[in-house]
Amino acid sequence: MADNERDYSWPAPEKRSLIGKRLNRVDGPLKAAGKAKYTYDVHPPGMLFGKGVRSPYAHAKVASIDTSAAEKMPGVKAIHIIQGPGSEIQWAGDYVVEVAAVDEPTARDAVRAIKVEYQPLPHFLDDFTEPKNLPEDNGPLSPRDIFNMLDDDDPESTKRAVSAIQQRGIKFQVTPQLVERMKSNEVPEEVIKALQSAPMKEEQKTDSPYQKEAETVKGDPDAAFKQAEVISEGVYGCPVITHCCMESHGSIAEWTDDNHLMVHISTQNISASAPQYFQALSIPAGNVHIHQDHIGGGFGSKFGVDRWDIAAANASKKAGGKPVRHMLERDAELEMAGSRPSFYGRVKVGAKKDGTLVAWESHTWGTGGPGSAGAPQVPYVVNVPAIRRQYVNVRTHTGPARAWRAPSHPQACLITMGALEDLAAKLQMDPVDFLLKNIELTGTRANVYSEELKIASELMGWKQKWRPRGQNGSGPVKRGLGVSIHTWGGRGHSSDCALTLHPDSSVDIKMGTQDLGTGTRTAILMVAADSLGIPMEQIQLNIGDNQYPPSGPSGGSTTIGGVSASTRRASVDALHALFEKIAPALGAQPGDLEAANGKIQVKGNPAKSMSWKNACARLGAQPIQVVGKNPGPGNLIDSGVGGAMMADVSVDTETGIVKMNKMVCVQDCGLVISMKTAESQCYGAMIMGIASTLYEEKIMDPQTGRMVNPTMDFYRLAGIGDVGDLVVHMMTGKGYDERGPIGLGEPPTVSPMASISNAVANAIGVRVPFMPITPDRVLAALNQGANHAAG
Amino acid sequence: MDDLPEKKDPKRKPKSGMSRRNFLKISGVSAVAPFAAPLIAATSVLEVEAQAATGMQGPGKVPVTLNVNGKNLNAQLEPRVTLLDALRDQFELTGAKRVCDRGTCGACTVHLDGKAVYSCSVLAIDAQGHQITTIESLSQDGKLHPLQQAFVDNDAQQCGFCTPGFVMACKAFLDHHPNPTMEQIKHGVSGNFCRCGTYAGIRAALMQAAKTAKGA
Repeated sequence: MADNERDYSWPAPEKRSLIGKRLNRVDGPLKAAGKAKYTYDVHPPGMLFGKGVRSPYAHAKVASIDTSAAEKMPGVKAIHIIQGPGSEIQWAGDYVVEVAAVDEPTARDAVRAIKVEYQPLPHFLDDFTEPKNLPEDNGPLSPRDIFNMLDDDDPESTKRAVSAIQQRGIKFQVTPQLVERMKSNEVPEEVIKALQSAPMKEEQKTDSPYQKEAETVKGDPDAAFKQAEVISEGVYGCPVITHCCMESHGSIAEWTDDNHLMVHISTQNISASAPQYFQALSIPAGNVHIHQDHIGGGFGSKFGVDRWDIAAANASKKAGGKPVRHMLERDAELEMAGSRPSFYGRVKVGAKKDGTLVAWESHTWGTGGPGSAGAPQVPYVVNVPAIRRQYVNVRTHTGPARAWRAPSHPQACLITMGALEDLAAKLQMDPVDFLLKNIELTGTRANVYSEELKIASELMGWKQKWRPRGQNGSGPVKRGLGVSIHTWGGRGHSSDCALTLHPDSSVDIKMGTQDLGTGTRTAILMVAADSLGIPMEQIQLNIGDNQYPPSGPSGGSTTIGGVSASTRRASVDALHALFEKIAPALGAQPGDLEAANGKIQVKGNPAKSMSWKNACARLGAQPIQVVGKNPGPGNLIDSGVGGAMMADVSVDTETGIVKMNKMVCVQDCGLVISMKTAESQCYGAMIMGIASTLYEEKIMDPQTGRMVNPTMDFYRLAGIGDVGDLVVHMMTGKGYDERGPIGLGEPPTVSPMASISNAVANAIGVRVPFMPITPDRVLAALNQGANHAAG
Repeated sequence: MDDLPEKKDPKRKPKSGMSRRNFLKISGVSAVAPFAAPLIAATSVLEVEAQAATGMQGPGKVPVTLNVNGKNLNAQLEPRVTLLDALRDQFELTGAKRVCDRGTCGACTVHLDGKAVYSCSVLAIDAQGHQITTIESLSQDGKLHPLQQAFVDNDAQQCGFCTPGFVMACKAFLDHHPNPTMEQIKHGVSGNFCRCGTYAGIRAALMQAAKTAKGA
């Protein structure tokens, strides 16, 4: 049988021995015993401690650096200038000089002994104030401007885009790769042609922090608003928050000889870290050995090799190759090692009296620090027929944004579901009924959402508990419910799985992937053991090293699909090779054999079988080595999931304190490989979302330009007593399983802010517009609501 | 208020008479002293008092003996080194983690004379003469303690970085509350944070471990 005809498909439900089961995570005992080694725990002999001088200014030029006193200090082994005189600092806390010393106290003293003079420049931090009266942008277009202009349903949009390209020019190169990508995304031919002949123009340099993106118009929003019978208007938004990984960012770098670098690094991106050292240090990527056993949280903030990692490598070189550990201290971690962009919006949304949505208009803005905030697309999931939206990117000196679980989605979801809940309240409709009324606007996943909303309603007791706004009791404590729906792509990334069957009957797997605590190790072993028909304990799994075949970065919920598919293909290929070896002994054709219960047997005739051990013994001296790949033959994975979330809160209208009573998460992720760790992802997503709704904010001081709460006492996370009861239901069975595994890291993180803030609005009768929903904001919203009612 | 955490407040007389918090306070006052003349006097009084109480150790390295998991371990440490850093960097006991490094998150929790403390907020020199217990001693002969097994069974861990601290906090809590209610759990281990969001599993693990202990 040729490779492309081989059956790689997932086993039928009755044939699954492990897939979908609720098993303990395989590295659980090691972690619970405190014996799992993280990057922060690595301590090679002779290791030096790296620390950095960090800028107290948010925006400044480095004027001069004097390291002479530090150089004379005993125990200081290397000093490396990261950003020399003339460098422009763009955010407070950025590294300027690196120091490596024999112990941490000495490194700290050395940092204090280095004198850096700065020429302060004005900083800009205000992402909260609505940008108004911005001049029309007539400058050259960005790819996103063009994306914003195009509307599949409106042929006129193509003409408008072509004319804009010709008049305004573009500010990016139209490479053959980009053309390919545009073709595969069905960008109209006329637009691609216009781009290929468009003039390249330099962007006008401006002091304005605002970048106004091209407006998106879909349908005829003006006419649609005229037809609307009920219109709701509101303001919504959430601030910049930080990733706050428990294990801070950082690495241990060691030059093992002049041209070889050994790096232990806390990363979500084992296989693609070495090339980043090449870019910074010109060391061939093949000479950089990257290793990580366990990672203490990433959440999207640990894809890159960072400035401090390169500084540690440079310091190591200066110290004769000795290993240098530079792990960030907590303030550095919170100030600059990861923040999620803010997003604010003024929204108008209209419907018919029966709840049929007709029109949406939004003016949104947000900051991703010095770069782009990613322009979350609203309305989210619910594709209102007529839309006008405009986004303004605000450039600030608050530190660079990094991907944060489900980039842009939680923000877009908050604003969309908030506006829809307010409209439903105005229509005097139950928001679940309102969503169901418009469910066809969600497109291809309408049935999934309907099914999930039904299950979530039952698990929440929605019908019994839900009350219209303002009817939640006469006492000071009001109870309310909120709902939200969400989506994510999550197609598996590219992944190679090297699998070896040894004559001694052992099996080993090598993959350059990483387990973020999501259960990747567990899932790989479940797939391999289920496919080979042997116990998980019989398989040795090696991950976390770039000497193993590459897998993609663990981000965007792409890992489970990638590693499951490559492991499945490797297992099927290895089995096939084994079947060929032993088929004659069983008097059968290789295609007639199957592996189950530690045996190779003839399909439909388990009596004709051979134990796994005996089968492997027939390999002689030669093990079977295969590499399974994703993408590869057979449809093993898919993309696109739906989820529904509901929240039940109590709000004390005298103190403003919000208490979580219960949350329900109903989530689809295709075929669930490892049920227990999948559920944990959903529990974790709800808890993280409770924190971003009620507590988290990166607070910047407008005077100094610095973060005022870079500690865990003032950058508050949710505690064990803050989260209420949590219920998770995974969608499984027909309609889900046959799609194969789809990623789960992002989807359940999307809806918490929306569902909880809607529950608060339902409880107290007014909208608390901005996250986090702190007591003062609840009281302010109540006061404003009272004044509004009185006036 | 017996369900409030007893941890982080070892009712003990520190040997040197100076906690890290006091130490920080004093050095903080010193730092601003040149700009605020009246404070100079206050500072010197504080410093004199501190020196009298401690017999002034350091600032260079001093010999330190710590009793960890029943063994005496020796090192030369500056007095400013915390118990956490001594455990991790001197003795390779890396179960306790450094996360917030200022007594908020609990990832560094160890036991001092049977009570849970934040080891980032205890100076190594102050921990001398006390019985220090770390996560490494909880499992014996490769067999997990029932509480650790309960963490595994209930998937009370994801990335696992907060887990050793949580296990030690939970152990001290269960030692004092063998029959915990859910309300007691919510207060009793509220001195530890998890970022991945494993609290549902931790609550279930505590209930399971309490049940196992009763059955034993």
